[in-house]
Amino acid sequence: MEIIALFFSAILINNFVLHYFLGICPFLGVSKKIDSALSMGLAVTFVMSITAAVSWAINHWILIPYQLDYLQIVSFILVIASLVQLVEMFIRKISPPLYQALGIYLPLITTNCAIFFLALMAALKNYNFIETVIFGIGSGLGFTLAIILMAGIREQLDLADVPEALKGAGISLIVAGIMALAFLGFSGMIK
Amino acid sequence: MPTKSIGEEFLKGFWKENPIFRQLLGMCPTLAVTNAMINGLAMGLATAFVLIFSSLVVSSIKKLIPSQVRIATYIVIIATFVTIADRFLAAFFPPISKNLGPYVPLIVVNCIILGRQEAFSSKNTVGRSLIDAFGMSLGFILGLLILSAIREILGFGTFFGFQVMGQWFKPWIIMILPPGAFITLGILLALALQIERKTKARR
Repeated sequence: MEIIALFFSAILINNFVLHYFLGICPFLGVSKKIDSALSMGLAVTFVMSITAAVSWAINHWILIPYQLDYLQIVSFILVIASLVQLVEMFIRKISPPLYQALGIYLPLITTNCAIFFLALMAALKNYNFIETVIFGIGSGLGFTLAIILMAGIREQLDLADVPEALKGAGISLIVAGIMALAFLGFSGMIK
Repeated sequence: MPTKSIGEEFLKGFWKENPIFRQLLGMCPTLAVTNAMINGLAMGLATAFVLIFSSLVVSSIKKLIPSQVRIATYIVIIATFVTIADRFLAAFFPPISKNLGPYVPLIVVNCIILGRQEAFSSKNTVGRSLIDAFGMSLGFILGLLILSAIREILGFGTFFGFQVMGQWFKPWIIMILPPGAFITLGILLALALQIERKTKARR
């Protein structure tokens, strides 16, 4: 039961984009088309679930037993960077069209704060292995949800008459604010 | 070679290339920690520390770094200074460290820092890189302070923790919640763009 609550609260309540302000760069940059938003979201979810598992293993089998937890920051970032490289090579081999579609965004995942934050948060909250992986998948899906909603709104926004100065990032941030307001409504759902 | 004067190099961080308002870099910490001015200031100072020292190291050893692994090298250098900043805050300012939480380690993935290393420190002398890092840091701190001042005054009715609004004032709770951050920054960006357009039209 607690696992289910954790999963849904990662998607809806503690949404990485709208509650923790993570992954704002792709959120503002990529999300103009629903298709590319979906593939970006899935790439992030994929990398997040793997990162969650690997960072848990490193934290619990290497860093904590040898009392090296001050190396957490350095080791997590290195793990993420090399994982993204691996995933990139893997996708290029397995599915060239998907690789084409993701383009520049895949390497950019390395500097996506959401992934790094996930590893830190799981270590901070002392989740066990299952919880960490569920948290990773849920957070990834939450990111996907937010970025797809945003893409849908922005497709419509192109047709709207927005004041010149607000165009681009300004109006996107205000839309994000209103979305965050809507998502606040979920916060009473799980105690 | 260098075309800008030292003064221009320093000042560009404030307005022309302000990381928050003009380049839209470092958005996560900008939005997340600006619910109170003290948090914004602490975050700004921690980022400044990391940026200045990373620029110093990167610009001094730029000739030794093979270009294929430069990004990884920068990240390790940055992560080292972030660890120092994180441990320092945890040791000397535990309440602030608790408020900022995981956002201090997140300085590692702050695009401002990596961006300055890649775009500036790896190509310029130590002196110029330091000036650039100082300017950018001050611009970043300025942006954080403006945003957090607006949110703290409207959200708590206080300025750096001192009551500035009278008894009649009902705090707008929404300003210290996530939606307030998005909306305030959106309006500030529009304002910055409008000022830029007006000054350009006048020229």
